[in-house]
Amino acid sequence: MATQFFGTRVKRREDPQLIQGTAHYTDDLKYTGLLHAAFVRSPHAHAKINAIDTEQATNAPGVVAVYTGQDLQGHVDPIPTAWLLPDSDLKTPAYPPLAIDKVRYVGEAVAVVIADDRYRAQDAAELVKVDYETLPAVVDQEKALQDDAPAQVHDDAPNNRAYHWQIGGDGIDDAFSQADRTLGFRVINQRLVPNAIEPRGCVAQYNPGNGQLTLRLTSQNPHIHRLLLSGVLGVPEHKLRITTPEIGGGFGSKIAVYPGEAVVAFAAMTLGKPVKWMETRRENFLTNTHGRDHITDVDAAVRDDGKVLGLKVRTYANMGAYLSTAAPGVPTWLYGLMLSGCYDIPAVHGEVFGAFTNTTPTDAYRGAGRPEATYLVERLMDQVAGELDQDPVEVRRTNFIRKDQFPHPVATGVTYDSGDYEGSLAKCLEMLGYEDFRSQQAQARQDGRYLGVGFSTYVEICGLGPSQTVGATGFQGGLWDSSIVRVHPSGTVTAMTGTNPHGQGEETTFAQMLADRFGVGIDDVDIVHGDTDRIPMGMGTYGSRTTAVGGVALYQAAEKIVQKATKLAAHLLEAREEDVQFDSGEFSVQGSPDQSVSFGDVALQAYLAWDLPEGMEPGLEAESFYDPSNFVFPFGAHACVVDVDPETGETTIRRYVAVDDCGHVINPLIVDGQIHGGIAQGVAQALYEFAFYDDNGQLLTASLMDYAVPKSIQMPHFETDQTVTPSPVNPMGVKGVGEAGTIASTAAVVNAVVDALRPMGITHIDMPLTPERVWQAIRAAEGR
Amino acid sequence: MSERHPVSVTVNGERYEREVEPRTLLVHFIREELDLTGTHVGCETSGCGACTVLLDGRAVKSCTMFAVQADGADVTTVEGLAKDGKLHPIQEGFWEEHGLQCGFCTPGMMLASVQLLERNPDPDDEEIRHALEGNLCRCTGYQHIVNAVHYAANEMTAGSGGGS
Repeated sequence: MATQFFGTRVKRREDPQLIQGTAHYTDDLKYTGLLHAAFVRSPHAHAKINAIDTEQATNAPGVVAVYTGQDLQGHVDPIPTAWLLPDSDLKTPAYPPLAIDKVRYVGEAVAVVIADDRYRAQDAAELVKVDYETLPAVVDQEKALQDDAPAQVHDDAPNNRAYHWQIGGDGIDDAFSQADRTLGFRVINQRLVPNAIEPRGCVAQYNPGNGQLTLRLTSQNPHIHRLLLSGVLGVPEHKLRITTPEIGGGFGSKIAVYPGEAVVAFAAMTLGKPVKWMETRRENFLTNTHGRDHITDVDAAVRDDGKVLGLKVRTYANMGAYLSTAAPGVPTWLYGLMLSGCYDIPAVHGEVFGAFTNTTPTDAYRGAGRPEATYLVERLMDQVAGELDQDPVEVRRTNFIRKDQFPHPVATGVTYDSGDYEGSLAKCLEMLGYEDFRSQQAQARQDGRYLGVGFSTYVEICGLGPSQTVGATGFQGGLWDSSIVRVHPSGTVTAMTGTNPHGQGEETTFAQMLADRFGVGIDDVDIVHGDTDRIPMGMGTYGSRTTAVGGVALYQAAEKIVQKATKLAAHLLEAREEDVQFDSGEFSVQGSPDQSVSFGDVALQAYLAWDLPEGMEPGLEAESFYDPSNFVFPFGAHACVVDVDPETGETTIRRYVAVDDCGHVINPLIVDGQIHGGIAQGVAQALYEFAFYDDNGQLLTASLMDYAVPKSIQMPHFETDQTVTPSPVNPMGVKGVGEAGTIASTAAVVNAVVDALRPMGITHIDMPLTPERVWQAIRAAEGR
Repeated sequence: MSERHPVSVTVNGERYEREVEPRTLLVHFIREELDLTGTHVGCETSGCGACTVLLDGRAVKSCTMFAVQADGADVTTVEGLAKDGKLHPIQEGFWEEHGLQCGFCTPGMMLASVQLLERNPDPDDEEIRHALEGNLCRCTGYQHIVNAVHYAANEMTAGSGGGS
């Protein structure tokens, strides 16, 4: 197969409409008679609702309706969680679409106002009077789990325990008894707010004549929304259409089914009029699912040559007030499976306590569990190096799974598909000039400068995922994906994918792939997604799965097309099928190259159907549902060089070097973009971002003034390169790249800062490493 | 709240006259009254810059300004960047250099860049980053945006005959 496009820097086809302002995001949609929704939200983290007075709001100008939780009862069911951990004591308390007798976090919706104008809806929302009786709140997961916790969030979840979950454990006692020493430390993976620049929202339209509900929604996964909302709203799946207009970023925050969209759909159905809701940034901060929020105690069994023999991890995960759609799976499976990192650790035991608190529900945020695992393991490698006075690079090499050990089962139970960890590290060290770095560092220290380098040699699990395996983890669905490839009579192609890219560029990369396979122009291929009425059931875009699962589904459908077209071409050329070759859009007979027919001509003949081989159906279209046999495991080595100012505590990133391996690369420009953006979010966790609650459950960082989404001046220049280790799991040899940067970078930055401050005896600082925290750590070290 | 005020603005070369509530934000005026939805609302608090437009040549955040304050002004939105079917160099730059992913911040980011290039036709990396610090992008990590602005600067310098 000629590859004209695969592997090349093709400019994105998504861009022309985005750079000219002609794309339509959810808020850009307008309909005749459109009404607007505004939510009334709790200002309290924990309170009883004694009464709600909606009279004044109902009579306000332009108001069409006001609904409370009582009005929804019997019409809108609680919001379900879709990850039911087996072999755990998981509690799933009801998550009402509008709070009824109690509110459990600041921002929880208690009523909705529907009006003829956005401003008037917001005006009236302020007129809804809610009589609250405030209760003590609990925000810290460790406190929440204690017998004397200040609050009980749900009556049916004693001790605020959402679940206790465990993984691994085989041989762990032996590992600790064989160790030369043990190392224990605590790491905190702070809570983050995803902050897609486009807020969430939806437009609901209902046609009472045919019972059809259409929901246009900021969703990463329209079919998951359809399936779950069908149950919540009692609208059968075939009468519920979900479309996703242009989506302004998701990062996990647009996976979950939220109360808002269910309530807006109810309003549209009740009123028979289209209703739009777009959240404000403050609502986005308060109600979009947050990420991370782990407190973790680590114990490692270590041999004096740096080898880690065993790892015990105990994590307290903050689930927030309710269990969001994928929430139980994130701090358990997506985290626990990766606790071994890219290291051959013979014994690993992980246990996780999930806690309910009076905070916004947590769920997937870019990386979802894997950044937390990577941070822990990569901090461990540096802690071991510090303890044994070894080079952190050498400690990593001592523990690496070797290139010749793949496929490699790790102690947590998964089997890594392929890897060359030494290869990506070697390239990273070369780009960095590591040979000279330590002498530069020694010189800098003599000059009174605190220069440090940090590494993160990560591996991640993505391409979610083999359905039988994810089913065994309790995920309430399969994680295959789907495609339809439709070749038109003229030879142009419309391809549908069940994934739902929203910035990742697969409209371009998938077109590159199909144009190559069929030997047609890239502009002759259209990629369609994001409409449950147009595409087959599919699972959406998250977990770096779009190319590794959805792309392979397209690949397989394309193979079916080529097979059928080859058969037809052979018939038309009066040749044996096995003698027909297909290359660069031409079917030709081996040995007689002048006998040929083009892909377009075969397509036309398939539709004319005047002369088909015996038994062949007309048309040229194929469908594929691809269920991967395993996950895929991208990896790489990142290095960060920092300067820390001992007077101010400020960290400046001098260099950031990233070598990533995501298997075969379809479009290097897009891969670079994904890596850059990923690194930025991970660096931001290391240095800037923190969703901070006070003891009363008020989110003190609920605006862009208080929560530090990084600005252009806060990001370094990234130096990127790749190694290529194809995945044996799929025929394209691809892995995934959407989350890699985020998974890798946080640990690299923190390791660099700690390395810089090592002469002061500092071995750890919890994130974010703001100047104040670093300054405090330096002062504390000086006082020792 | 129902009292309405006349507003007259020129947007992308076209003159519009409307009557609006005094509290109507300029961004809502542009999006709802004029149906120019390329200007986006990201935060309504001037924190993100997605709503950036040029007002008499100056980059402003149209979510923190009332429409009535723009009375008599000349506004440029993303829809007004391309001329005669030809993309503006900043649009070409963002496309060439992969300066966008989800595209939501892009219109504001491009208009802030246009202001920079008018003031400084040959900015270095740091000057670009500094000029764009009022515009948040969650997707790109900014490096490709910096490259996009360089690309546009080169195009514009070459286009004006001042290039080497």
